[in-house]
Formats: sequence, structure tokens, C-alpha cells
Amino acid sequence: MEMNPREELKKLREKKRLELHERKGNENIIEILIGMGSSGIASGAKNVLQALNETLEERGISNAIIRKTGSLGLDHAEPTLEIRMNGMPDIIYGKVTPDVTRRIVDRHILGRELVCGHVFDKPAQDVVKEPKHAL
Amino acid sequence: MPYKKFCLVCSGKQCESGKSEEIYKELKKLTMESSICQNVQIVRTGCFGLCSKGPIVKILPDETFYVNVDVKDAKAIINDHIIAGQPVERLMLKHDNPAKESRFYQKQIRIALRNCGIINPEDITEYIARDGYAALSMALFEMKPMDIIEELKKSGLRGRGGAGFPTWMKWKFTHDIKDQADEIFIICNADEGDPGAYMDRSILEGDPQSVLEAMALAGYACGSSMGYIYIRAEYPLAIERLYKAMDQAREYGLLGKNILGSGFDFDIEIRLGAGAFVCGEETALIASIEGERGMPRPRPPFPAVKGLWGKPTVINNVETYANIPKIILRGGDWFGQIGTEKSKGTKVFALTGKINNSGLVEVPMGTTLREIIYDIGGGIPNGKAFKAAQTGGPSGGVITAEHLDTPIDYETLGALGSMMGSGGMIVMDEDDCIVDVTKFYLDFSVDESCGKCAPCRIGTRKMHNILRKITMGKGTMDHIQQLRALAVPMQKASLCGLGQAAPNPILSTLKYFEDEYLAHIRDHRCPAGVCKALVTYTINPDICIGCTVCSRKCPNNCITGERKKPHVIDQDNCIKCGICHEGCKFGAVQIA
Repeated sequence: MEMNPREELKKLREKKRLELHERKGNENIIEILIGMGSSGIASGAKNVLQALNETLEERGISNAIIRKTGSLGLDHAEPTLEIRMNGMPDIIYGKVTPDVTRRIVDRHILGRELVCGHVFDKPAQDVVKEPKHAL
Repeated sequence: MPYKKFCLVCSGKQCESGKSEEIYKELKKLTMESSICQNVQIVRTGCFGLCSKGPIVKILPDETFYVNVDVKDAKAIINDHIIAGQPVERLMLKHDNPAKESRFYQKQIRIALRNCGIINPEDITEYIARDGYAALSMALFEMKPMDIIEELKKSGLRGRGGAGFPTWMKWKFTHDIKDQADEIFIICNADEGDPGAYMDRSILEGDPQSVLEAMALAGYACGSSMGYIYIRAEYPLAIERLYKAMDQAREYGLLGKNILGSGFDFDIEIRLGAGAFVCGEETALIASIEGERGMPRPRPPFPAVKGLWGKPTVINNVETYANIPKIILRGGDWFGQIGTEKSKGTKVFALTGKINNSGLVEVPMGTTLREIIYDIGGGIPNGKAFKAAQTGGPSGGVITAEHLDTPIDYETLGALGSMMGSGGMIVMDEDDCIVDVTKFYLDFSVDESCGKCAPCRIGTRKMHNILRKITMGKGTMDHIQQLRALAVPMQKASLCGLGQAAPNPILSTLKYFEDEYLAHIRDHRCPAGVCKALVTYTINPDICIGCTVCSRKCPNNCITGERKKPHVIDQDNCIKCGICHEGCKFGAVQIA
């Protein structure tokens, strides 16, 4: 019998949510979010992305996931990179250039220290919490 | 060896003047002296936004937030917090006024922007992971169309496009006559034309699926199976991501025939607009989709009754739609708790102009302008004074410094002679000339008037001419009366909201800045030094040291003087380009 599409959607949601959750808990996985809205691209996000890809490859970092997102609202600090990895606080870097990208990979990801002058805080915590009931 | 703690010191402009540099050096020195230097890293960061309480130091990963830090506090932070693990209570953000201060980082509530900057907009599964399409699935199987409209009514959501018409009412009108019509349409208005506004673009670029889901919900509630997104062609990235989002939604059975096996059909098409401001007006937008020239028509009949191709049509703005899935999922009551009595929920503002942290902010209705500009926006750059904020684009007006503490919602903005508009907020400082800014908006209205009705076509041009004369120093006292005499009939006689609102910038600035108009007319002086015809550049001989920079930079060679002696500008030949003023490091070139 064919499965109910509504059930499938629910399953997909749970599976994907777990995946995203696992990613955070998994020590090996480094998540890199890059703001790729119009304003991000206009201020050079594409060059940053290219530099990021190149540097990760050069340094042999294969456990990093790069996710392109829309603008996160910090338009004055674009291009922005958010790095989420185990053992380090989640950090948003702003005013990132290809050069800064390489420094971020070397110092933040490999050296586990923050890159001075480019740390920007989140404008706000996301207070829209996940609803308790899963549909 | 990896660091265990990070000590972030704000190095924003304002904190820097509050000795953040010295604090940074002191912290660095203290850590180097002790054995903990391998465990803690001292970092300089960008502005945190809470400049009124600077200098600011934040400790990660425990997220302790210290405000008003002094150089002598560095020792306590290192010894007590970093070494002994005891946070320094007296420096922590005080909560004695919880309504104002503790909300700083939570002043923003992201509902419409909930996924922007978090998910990959080109991957539908990331949207689904964050409860995407859960609202649609719930609605299709557990709710009747009327239940959805009832939730919207409870939520109190009003149109975010500017006019603030209750969304549930629009849906209800269409819902009530759906049985009499053979076809009903759902339209998303993504024709964002206000200067300085880009929230719709950001939502479509960052979270396109939320708009698709909301349109499907509208389709279900109003009995429609066809939707259109009208988007201006200047937004290529948003268009590309929308197409991708639609393809993926169809692939997952969330758009198209028999959505999720419920028997409900709904599909969406994109229509590109050529970018005329008037096409954001709903009747003009409908004409444009129909292939006609984008011009408004008189209402009633409203589109809810007679819209696209004469059929009942629900038409809402991008930001309005982006709120809807969350409202259905969490219930209208939840949304209704946020905001003020008559304006519920949140509003996204595009903060631009003379502001440190320009960007998109989403705050609950009723947040004051001061909170937006100083707490979130980080204040005015270079220590300049706040003059006014222009809201609502060419249809709006200005809010002045005396209204900084007014809670912002549809009603208060209207009472101040401005409007919410789509949410553009352009901040002006003392260097901006109000008459010049008003002229800019009128210039925009002249260009963008569709010309169908005489009050708007002729009125905007007349008013623009008068403003031009005033900025050129040819204004007379009659001009102010003429502006008022033109503005009021235009508000009453224009065909659509655009013409009705076009005089708003003039009326609003005349109300709050009449003295600046008078300075232009009576004294032939532009107080901000912007209107070239009224500006005279002079060199103050007491300040000038004769460095010759100005005379070398002057493109018209009209500055003379000996080395190390005060220079003089030949006023007859001065072309008032201002290069000498910008170039002088000593502030000797003065504007009068």
C-alpha cells in the first residue's frame, strides 16, 4: 500500500531535523553558513565562497559543510560567515574578504582561536522557538 | 592548544571613544602576565549595537555580557571570572528595568525573517526541517477554510505592504463569494519599489518557500487553485530562487495537483514587472498581470470581489504572507500577544542611511524609534546628531528627534503624519537638508506617477518645481502656502494611494521643519550646507595654517594664498563643489 503523503512529510521533517541536530553534536562536522543574499553577493560573498572552497581543499579539511543562506540582517557587516563547530562558540564573522577567509580557516577552524576584528555578534537571538508539538 | 574562553571587547566607534582600546590592552596585558594566557583569547569585535552602555565586554562560551566596563574593571574580569569562575555581578547588564534593558538582544523577534540567514533557500528539506509545510498539512487535513480565516482574525495580522488593512477581512470577502465565481486568484505582491526598502527581496531570497506555503494556505482558505507572484525584474536572484523553490515544491507534492493527497490543487506562476512604482498598487498590479498598462482603477469594486480578469482575487504583500504559516501553526492568539493593541505582531524595517548598523531588523510593533536606532542600529556614525527618520518612502513622512520615544505602529505613525509603508527607514543626521530630501521624494513621485489622474500628474510636478526653486534660493513666502494649497486637494482627489500619499513628505516636513524652509527662503541659507546654490565656502583665517591642500585640490583654481599663511577663496569664481571643505584636515574651510 502506498504511504500517506502527509506521513511522508512528517517523516522527512523528523529525519531532516535529526540530521541538522546530529550535525551540531557531531564533533567532526564543521558547519559554515555564508550569507548569499543580493547584498551579500554585492559586497563580495562569491569571492569569499571561492576562497573558502579553495582553502578548505588546500588544508585538506573534508568534514566542513558549506551552506548558502539568505541575508541574516547584518547588512552593514557583509559578507558574513557563520562558523559552527564543536568546542568553539558559534561565531558570525563580518566584513570578510578572501584574505580573511583564509585566516578564519587557519585560525578558527584549525587553530581554534577567534579572528580579531571580524567577530560580529548576532543582532538578536532567534526567540521564535521550535514548537513543542511535532505535527 | 585550543583556548577555553574568549573575551570579546567591542571596538565599535562609540565604545572606542569609551576607552575600549585601553580595556583591550589591559586585558591582554593581564592575561599575558598570568598562567592563563593559553586558555583565554582576547578578541576585538565589531559593534554589539548597545552603544549607550559601552564599552562592552562579552565572555564566550558562557555568554556573560558586561556593560559600562572601565579599564580598572579588567582585573576583576580576569581574576574573578576567567580564573575563579565567578562572573562580576556589578558589571552585568542590569535588569532593574526589565521592560527596556533585558530585552536588548530579544528586542528583535523574527517571525517573517525566521529562516533568513539560517536555512539554505535552495533546499526545500531545510525549510521542511524547520516546520515548513507543517501549517499547510495541518490546514488541509484538520481545518476548514473558515478556521484558517478565524485564526488570522485572532492574530490581528494587518497588511505589511503599507496600508495595514486586516488580512483576514480580505480573505473573508473572497471566501464569502467563492461560490458565485468560477475562478479565484491568489496574488503575491513582490513589487517592492520604495527607495530604501528591501525586506521583501530579502525574504524571497532567504526563505522563498514560506511565501509559497502561505499562498497555498490562502488558496485553500479562499477556494482558489491558481496563484501569481508579481515580482519586479530588478530582483534576479529572488526570481531565480523562487523558480527553484517552486520546482522543488512540485517535486515534493506540495504544489500542483492533489497536494499531500488531500484532493486540493494549487499552483503558482511568476509574472515579472518592469519596475514601475505604481505597479505595487493592487489594481495597477492586476492590470499589469492582465497585460495592460499598469494603471490603477477606482475602487470599489475591490480586488477581493472583482480582481484579476474580473474574478475575486486575494492580494497580499510578501511580508504578510511570510508571517502566515507560523500564525496557522502556532495559533492566532500567540501572534496576537505580540505588538500593540491595534497593531499586532512584528514589522521588518530596512534600516538605512546615516546609521552604524544598517540592515534588516524585525521588531514587535510598539518598539520605539530610539530602540531601533540606538540599541539595534548602533546610533549615528561619526558622533553626529540624529535629525529625523524618513519612514514609508515617498508616501511617508519624517519622524523627528522629539518623537524618538513614540512606540511605532500603524496608528502612531499615521498620527505623526508619516506611515508604516513597506517599512523602509532612512535615518538622517544634521548634515542632511530636509528640503533637499523632500525634493528627492517628489522627484521620485514625478517620475513614477502613471499620469492617469490629473491631481497626481500635475500636482507632483508643480510641487517639485516649487521645491526646486526653494533649494535654488528663489523661493518666496507664497511658495509655502502654495505647497499646502496643492497638497490637500491632491490627497483628496487622486485616484490611488500613490497620488494621495505623494504630498505626505511635504506636509510632514513643513510641519516639523518649517524653520528650515524659511531659512532657505528668507535667509537664502541652507542650514545643512547641502543646497549648493545657497552655500558659501569661506576659509577661517584663524584656523587655516596655509598647508595649501585646498588650493591644490580646487578644480577651478580659485583659492589663493602663500604657504603657511591663511588662504582665501575667490567667491566669484567658486563653483561650490565642496572639495576644499572635504580636503581640509583642520576644519578651516567653513560652510555658511
